[in-house]
Amino acid sequence: MTAPDLTTPRERIRSGRMRRQAERWSWMFMRFSGAILILLIFTHLFVNLITGDGVSQIDFAFVAGKWADWWWQWADFLMLVLAMLHGGNGMRLLINDYAHRKTTRTVLMGVLGVAVAVVIVLGSLVIWTFDPCPVDADPSLLPSFCATVAA
Amino acid sequence: MWLVHRSTGVAIFFFLLIHVTDTALVRVSPEAYNEVIGTYKTPIYGLVEAGLVAAIILHAFNGLRIIAVDNSTWALRHQKKLAWAVWIIFVVLMAGFLPVHLGHVFGGE
Repeated sequence: MTAPDLTTPRERIRSGRMRRQAERWSWMFMRFSGAILILLIFTHLFVNLITGDGVSQIDFAFVAGKWADWWWQWADFLMLVLAMLHGGNGMRLLINDYAHRKTTRTVLMGVLGVAVAVVIVLGSLVIWTFDPCPVDADPSLLPSFCATVAA
Repeated sequence: MWLVHRSTGVAIFFFLLIHVTDTALVRVSPEAYNEVIGTYKTPIYGLVEAGLVAAIILHAFNGLRIIAVDNSTWALRHQKKLAWAVWIIFVVLMAGFLPVHLGHVFGGE
């Protein structure tokens, strides 16, 4: 019987290059944003998928009806920012854990950073520049209140 | 549980990228948005949504378990029971959600 060959253990890399204080903030952020996201996302899912006709009711008029209300604009904006930061930070931890080569890590971190930034900027622009009653749109696709706003 | 948290987290993150982009179509035109959101109402996507809701419920309640275990020795001592609680809450919520959601996707009109 021969003893199995032992391979040299992979060189240990430090998980993340950030300072410890920053990791502490990251840890705190994940817990606080997570708790708030539970409230926001469960409300979102309940209103969009359970009440009324569920997913079948979602169309332009449905979204317009919600965003005509500042409360939904703020709720969705907060949800967007917190979810992207929470998810982005989570992905950062996974990249730190699984991407062992330095170049792979740098590239993945770059892609992640750009994706998070683009989605937050795009989503924010959409929420805050949204017009529930576009002038040249087919009136049958718009929320009912547009009839009174127009004219 | 650790693996569940990681894999559901990744799945939710990628869905989020798609979901913000498709919602951004409301800025293009009502027609463009309605056409794309229409695919969400097809049976296949209806099932994907059910899977997504399942992932969110697991991630949410397992997240609460992690917070509890980090902050209280009682929760740390009972962490195994809490892990079971996550699965029980998951089953109960899905049992409530699935009939309603699948009804919307497959039933009527």
